[in-house]
This record gives sequence, structure tokens and C-alpha cells, in this order.
Amino acid sequence: MAEPKALVPASGHDKLMIGQSIAGIYVAHAILILGIVIVAFPIYYTFVASTHSLQTILRPPLPLLPGDRFVENYYEALFGGVGRIGGVSVATLLVNTTIVALGIAIGKIVISILSAYAIVFFRFPFRMVFFWLIFITLMLPVEVRILPTYKVMVDLGLIDTYTGLILPLIASATATLLFRQFFLTIPGELVEAARVDGAGPWRFFKDILLPLSRTNIAALFVILFIYGWTQYLWPLLVTNRNDMNTIVIALKKMISFADADTEWHLVMVTSMLAIVPPILVVVLMQRWFVRGLVDTEK
Amino acid sequence: MSPRVVFPNKILPYLLVAPQLAITLIFFYWPASQALRQSMLREDPFGLSSKFVWFDNFKKVLSDPNYLNSIQVTAIFSISVAAVAMATALLLAVMAEKVVRSRGLYRTLMIWPYAVAPAIAGMLWLFLFNPSIGSLAYGLRWLGINWDPLLDGEQAMVLVVAAASWKQISYNFLFFVAGLQAIPKTLIEAAAIDGAGENKRFWTIVFPLLAPTTFFLLVVNTVYAFFDTFGIIHAVTGGGPGKATETMVYKVYNDGFVNLILGDSAAQSVILMVIVIALTAIQFRYVERKVHYG
Repeated sequence: MAEPKALVPASGHDKLMIGQSIAGIYVAHAILILGIVIVAFPIYYTFVASTHSLQTILRPPLPLLPGDRFVENYYEALFGGVGRIGGVSVATLLVNTTIVALGIAIGKIVISILSAYAIVFFRFPFRMVFFWLIFITLMLPVEVRILPTYKVMVDLGLIDTYTGLILPLIASATATLLFRQFFLTIPGELVEAARVDGAGPWRFFKDILLPLSRTNIAALFVILFIYGWTQYLWPLLVTNRNDMNTIVIALKKMISFADADTEWHLVMVTSMLAIVPPILVVVLMQRWFVRGLVDTEK
Repeated sequence: MSPRVVFPNKILPYLLVAPQLAITLIFFYWPASQALRQSMLREDPFGLSSKFVWFDNFKKVLSDPNYLNSIQVTAIFSISVAAVAMATALLLAVMAEKVVRSRGLYRTLMIWPYAVAPAIAGMLWLFLFNPSIGSLAYGLRWLGINWDPLLDGEQAMVLVVAAASWKQISYNFLFFVAGLQAIPKTLIEAAAIDGAGENKRFWTIVFPLLAPTTFFLLVVNTVYAFFDTFGIIHAVTGGGPGKATETMVYKVYNDGFVNLILGDSAAQSVILMVIVIALTAIQFRYVERKVHYG
């Protein structure tokens, strides 16, 4: 019995599994749409606010549709400089944040692929000691060593530098573990064949290992780019100068509920500019991102 | 690990691990050991001298009503965030599994908040709900609710929980969808043929089979609520009003950087370290190879 309806090839239409009702499917769509409204509304409304004038924003409720100040507001924020953060333009903040996010993503990938390569494909004294030293850093997030790490930065003169923003965040046990895990699945015959053909460790790494790791690297890149872009505590600590802030920190500085002079229209533009680049990365690289996230963390 | 084919080389492997090891030692081990040392030192009020006081700082911190308050705040905050973010995501994931039409579109729209910084998520919610210009706060007042999260501690907590959960829904959603897809459809159909209703099928088959995913997410969400939400608290409430939203991580920052009580702050750091170690151990003990990004 039971005609296996679920096995009918997907045609893009909702098909019923055994025990499902049409009404149930409609309810499912309704709940999903409600969920998306909740998920998307704050972002949509920020966009709406970013296209209205300051006066409109200050008189709630704000209209549900975009206003006519899109060009003016975005131009003013991007190139005009924002008073509350010392006249720094949002363009500068975007450059800073991009440098930091790229630096962290690329830096983490490079140093962890190298150390994983050493740990899997070489035998040397203290190999496992090194592995554990790296592994244990999982348990030391920056939040639990705020002050002493800050002191190290001061001693090394790294406050208000890109190096200071990037370097302490690029040591990652997870990326190393992920690459190690992946390298362990590479058959020994492959290494042997490469050696018989006269390939040294560098040739093997460049011509075999790197191309094989492409998907892992892409997935990791998306996750780490978002990680770098959305950092908060660390940039808050190591930047004092307004023109070295990342966009998230600058945004915090721009908002004050006590003062009446918060330039809300510029705040909203800055919020949009802080949100859109990482969203684009996630949405455009969705395939790698979702696979990477679920595969690597599971 | 099985014996592997390896490259014979004496120096190269050290060069390869050197960059990561150097960064790890300078920025992880050295500061962590300093935090440990500092947690047992007490400085005089002028910061001129310090003496070794063993566990006095811990005793002081753990008997401080403000610290006990921050533990309670952290517990309420974390449990609420994990519960709201996971329940919402599970509901949406189950619904997304049912439909075929526009499933991809739903997923694409659902993952946006993952890319939003926690602090920005907080600021967006504050913009919507702040008493003077927030449009949704306007709506709440219109409904007759006396809404002012800047003065009312409970409302402030509701606001930060909402913002923190909102941001975490995407992540949980992706994992629940993956978890649901791994459950064999034949099991569910067999139960349906046997006459089990939709609710019954969910609670007796789907939910138990999802347990590993749920448990993994519980640990990840707890870690998230403990540590990654610092930005939300800092940007939205600053721990206030009063100390109504002062979480443990926020207090470490506040005592160390704003109030400059180094010994206390370091002792709190060490307590947090113990908590992270416990959480990581749980994660690895029960959920093999499931790792938190950081």
C-alpha cells in the first residue's frame, strides 16, 4: 500500500508526503513568511530610515516605504565625514573594516593551513605538543584575557595599527583542526606517488594539497570574513583614533540617546553600509558557506 | 592515527608551525598566564605596589553582590537567548522541511542576520524600540504599554534578549535544516501510515533523532550568549539601567577597563576561563569534533 508520492521527482511544486495535508503546507508557508518578516524587518526598516531626512526620522512612526533622500544621505555619509566621529568619512571606515576582515580571513587560513600541513605530513619532535598548544587556544577567547592582551599590545606599540587589529585574531585552533581533519583523509599513496615522481614538500603542497583544499578554503573564507567584519570587543580596545576605527565601533560612537544631536540619517546609512558587504558575501557564496558551516562545525 | 607516508625533513616543519605558534604564545598563553598571576595579586590604590594574596581576589569577587548579580543576569540572559533562538529556528526549519516550493528563497532570506554584527543587531533593535524615536516603541505605547527600556531593567533585558536571539536564528536554522535532512523520510512515513498524527510524529521521531544537533546548538548558543553578545550589551544598554543587564563578560570589561580594578577583573577572567574550559569539555565529550569558531 501507500503510493510513495514523496518519491515523485521534484518539479518545483509542493508535493505531499504521506501524512501531510494541503492545509499543513499553507500553514508552513505562512509561518515561514512570518519568520522572514521578523528576520528581515529590522534590516529593511534601517534601509527605509537611511533614505529619509533627519526630521522625518525624529518624528515616529517612520513611513514603511523609502523616502527620497537616498542619494543625498549616502553621499554625505560616504564622502562628507561624520561630526560625531571626528569628521571621518564612512568610506575610510569601510576601507579599515575591509582590510581587517580580509587580513583576518586570509591570515587565519594561511597560518593554519601551514601548521596543519606540518602536523600531518611531517614527523618531528614535539609535534603533538605543538598540536595541543594550538588546540587549547580554543578555550581562551579574547573575552577572558582582555586586560593582559591589551597590555601586550601597548608594550608592542600595536595600538591604532592594522597589525594590532589583525594579528592577535589570526591564531585559530578551529581552522587548524579543520585542515588537519581534511589532510588526514588524503591517501598516503598520493604522497608516495608524489615523492616517487620527485616532488618535494613544497611542490606537493602547491600542486596537490592546495588544489584539493579549494572548497574548504572557500567555505572557511566566508566564515572568517564575517568573523573579522563583525568583531567588536577587540577593535574597541585597540583603537583610539577615529580614523582607525572599524565601522561597527564608529557606529557605536555615532549614537547617543542622551544628546539630541545624533545624526540619525547618517547613522542609518552607516548601518546599511556595515551590514550589506557581509550579507552580500554570505548570500553570493551561500553554497560554500552553508556547506562549510555545517560540515566544519559538526 | 595510522602510520602515514611523510616527508623526511628536519627543519621545514618547525618553520611551518612557527607563525601560528608565535602568535599563540604571544597573544594567548602569555596574556592568559598574566591573567592567572594578576588574579592572585592585589594592587594598592595608586597602583604603585602589589602583593600576592592567593585566592583573596576570588573570595572577594565571589562574595560581591554585584558579581552574584552578574552571574544571575548571565544565566537569565543565556537561557532566554538559547531558548528563544533555538525554538524559533527549530519551528522555521521544520516548516522549511515541509515545503518544496521556494525553499531555496526562504533559506537565502533566513541567513541574513548571520552576517550582521551582534552590536549592530543590538543597535537596529534599539533604533526600533527606543522610547523617543523608535517606531515600534511608538506602537507599543499606542497599545498602552508603558515602554521604556532605558529606565526599566526588565524591558532592557527583553530588548537585548530579542536582539541577541534574532541574530542567532540564522545559524540555528541552518543546523536544524541539516539535522532534519539527515532523518530518513521512510521513518516518518512509516509512522504516518501507522496513523501517528503530525504532532506525535514530531515529538516521538523527529525530535529525539535531532537530539545531537539540539545538544550541539545548546552548547554553541550558550557560548554565544556568554561571549559574543558583549557588543549587544555594550552598544544597547551599557549594562544598565542600574546593573540589570550587566553580564559577566561585560563586568570583566567594566571592572578592568573602566573602573581599573585589575585584581578583581583578572579573577573574573579566570572564572570565565574555567567556564569556557567546562563548556568546551562538554562539547567534546558529548559531541565529537563539533567545534566553536573563534
